[in-house]
Amino acid sequence: MKALGLHLAVLAALLAAFWLLPPYHVTNMARIMVLAVFAIGYNIAFGQTGLLSLGHALFFAAGMYATGLLIEQTGLATAPALLAGLAAGAAVAAAVGVLALRTGGVSFMIVTLMFAQAGYLTILYFGGVTRGDEGFTIARAARAIGPIDLSADMPRYMAAFALFTAGLLGHLALTRSRFGRVMVAMRENEERSRMLGYNPFTVKLAALTISGLYAGAAGAAYALLFGYVGASFAAIQYSILPLLYVLLGGAGTVLGPFVGALLMFYLIEVASGLTTAYLMVVGFALLALVLFAPKGVMGTLRDKALPWLP
Amino acid sequence: MASVILEAAGLTRHFDGLKAVDGVDFSLEQGEIHALIGPNGAGKTTFVSLLSGRIPVQSGTIRLGGEDITALPAHVRVRKGIAYTFQITSIYPRLTVAANVALAARHDDPAALARVGLQDRADQIAGTLSYGHQRLLEIAMGLALSPRVLILDEPTQGLAAGEIGAFKALVQGLIPATTVLLIEHNMEVVMDVATRITVLNFGRVLATGTPARIRANPDVQAAYLGGPDAAA
Amino acid sequence: MAFGPFLLLALLEGTVMAAVLALTAVGLSLVFGVMRVVNVAHGAFFMLGAVSAWFVTHWMPGPPFVGFLAALILCPLFVAALAAVADWTVLKRLHYEPEATIVATIGLLYILEQAALSLYGPEARPVAAPFTWRIQLPWFGYSGYKLFVVLAAAAVLAAVWLVMTRSRAGLVMRATQMDRDMARAFGIDTDRVYAGVFALGAGLAAVAAVLIVPIQQAHYLMGGDPLLLAFIVVIIGGLGSLRGTVVAAVLIGLSDGVISVFFSPTLAKILATLLVALVLVFRPQGLFGARA
Repeated sequence: MKALGLHLAVLAALLAAFWLLPPYHVTNMARIMVLAVFAIGYNIAFGQTGLLSLGHALFFAAGMYATGLLIEQTGLATAPALLAGLAAGAAVAAAVGVLALRTGGVSFMIVTLMFAQAGYLTILYFGGVTRGDEGFTIARAARAIGPIDLSADMPRYMAAFALFTAGLLGHLALTRSRFGRVMVAMRENEERSRMLGYNPFTVKLAALTISGLYAGAAGAAYALLFGYVGASFAAIQYSILPLLYVLLGGAGTVLGPFVGALLMFYLIEVASGLTTAYLMVVGFALLALVLFAPKGVMGTLRDKALPWLP
Repeated sequence: MASVILEAAGLTRHFDGLKAVDGVDFSLEQGEIHALIGPNGAGKTTFVSLLSGRIPVQSGTIRLGGEDITALPAHVRVRKGIAYTFQITSIYPRLTVAANVALAARHDDPAALARVGLQDRADQIAGTLSYGHQRLLEIAMGLALSPRVLILDEPTQGLAAGEIGAFKALVQGLIPATTVLLIEHNMEVVMDVATRITVLNFGRVLATGTPARIRANPDVQAAYLGGPDAAA
Repeated sequence: MAFGPFLLLALLEGTVMAAVLALTAVGLSLVFGVMRVVNVAHGAFFMLGAVSAWFVTHWMPGPPFVGFLAALILCPLFVAALAAVADWTVLKRLHYEPEATIVATIGLLYILEQAALSLYGPEARPVAAPFTWRIQLPWFGYSGYKLFVVLAAAAVLAAVWLVMTRSRAGLVMRATQMDRDMARAFGIDTDRVYAGVFALGAGLAAVAAVLIVPIQQAHYLMGGDPLLLAFIVVIIGGLGSLRGTVVAAVLIGLSDGVISVFFSPTLAKILATLLVALVLVFRPQGLFGARA
């Protein structure tokens, strides 16, 4: 009960933020919420089930390009294009999972990295359609659901907020469900879980597919809300960022991904004002986390003070 | 004539030239406590790993209740009724005792905890239990699966004398509802509790029979029991 | 140019590529073989070799070959020292735990790349070759320096092989690879062996980069492709097998060179990345590694 209350309070605060924050930060928060959904998806695979993937950019980009290309090339309406993005993320994750989950540990990391790299290069290779690194923008007229123009400040924020709410509460429900506990069991002791009658392959594949669904949704939303589709979102950086957000915020916690996304976004913002080499802050953050604080903010909080934190 | 619940025919498994299990025929009768004994390296753990599906069979067949399960993966065999407790305790140390059992039973199961005497520790983090209690938790998890066959791999190793007594009573209370296959080195436990004993040596069956017959068997005495300082 | 000579040109280019790739990949393979560490920052060490070579040749007075020689000696030592420090301060503290180590090397990668960006800048800058001698073949002229690169790489690889198989240091490394705990029991300081191996791996990448930088240019992001290719080579050749690594490097260097010349470099890379993934999934021991 306490946990649900906390999460609802965070959501309420985010809703209020639209009226309380200056417009620049409102747009930032919309971006952060979408990226947080991506990170929640990553957390479901990594934090909850123990699958350290280095290829999640592929699923994010699948959603982004599915939605973007369907709108640009076929003139499909916004809402179905968005759903197609979700489906694309889940489908690509499932396809990768069927192959990659035959390996584990370090091999799994490399295999997912390779598939993502191949995806990024394929986007570049078919630059005629995808416009490669340069990318393409989605016309404002196409970024509307019915009368709601998603490129305007308020509908954009509210759409991001709605997506984040669904993602956050969805994950909370997952952690409490039977299947959610099985995912954790698989992370904690795979051999024991197998000998209790659980099929490691199907559990992990389901986790990865749900993770891909979240990532695809985030990619599709990012395209619609910010109007731009580009190959850089399929590059390695977008596989490292969700890992970083989750590590910083607390792997295996529900609020962790959002906390990590929020902190890291502003850390990079501040750093980019100081130097062109601002990505160094990503490097130091990763090192500091892995050396000194592997449980992240919410994870450490849960350990030391709040054991009921999901 | 008791019915056979689990049987193996011609079971074989090599590892790079070492014949860990070499053409073993075995049958487990419904409702018995069957002990598997033999010197270290005789192939006991490999044999039960083949039965439970942890290691794939190279040749031979396994039947559970008449059904051929040789090709089935481990997690499916568990669903069909074979439960296995590990030689080196394998639980979920970071979860609570109750959560551990709930994963096995697929719902909360205080009864399974009560049968091993851990009901007062349901909310304790499993990793903080004493070694003996962790072994008991593992047995509770095995019981929570409502298995037809419960395979216990050296269950008394690391238990204190008093705990061993409680364990013997626990195992005797499990049959005839369940069937127990037990790997043990503690001869006192074996002789007290087992209905029948199979002796393995160098991956082959040396002898099978009641405790009295096994004790009197000269081959078994030579290979394994030989004298007051039997293998501990 | 007719097809035959064109193919010859592609093969020559591929050979140069293979030589540099073999050096880089052997560095990565040693680190994985002995330490069981996947060093994602390996490409960054390569890049540092090239960038520091630019600094040395830029500031060294005299004819180009003096600066180049200085770079060939100093830069690998510098990069090796940096790697040893990274191992001692970070990887050792993580107890070389596989997943944590990979995340840490990713962090290291970002730091090294951004440091290069900060100190060297975003542009690609050329470095003069130590000598400009062209070999005149019947169909085309070819850079003599590129042939020198192949010879130099082969010489370094031979030296590494000699050290690994004939010297005490090599014996210590192989012993630690086979059984770390046993090596410790024999009094080998495995921590120092690991630092040394990590330094050696980085140093080899740096040598490869110094050799290639007169042909390519030095750029702070130039480590990405060598990293990917080295990965491919090591995985296909079998993690931890030196012979497999060299054979795979030759195969992949040659085919990558040929495909890049006749088709598109992007397509070559797509095929290569998919190949790595599929090899890991279906034949994880590679071509020469022992089945785990």
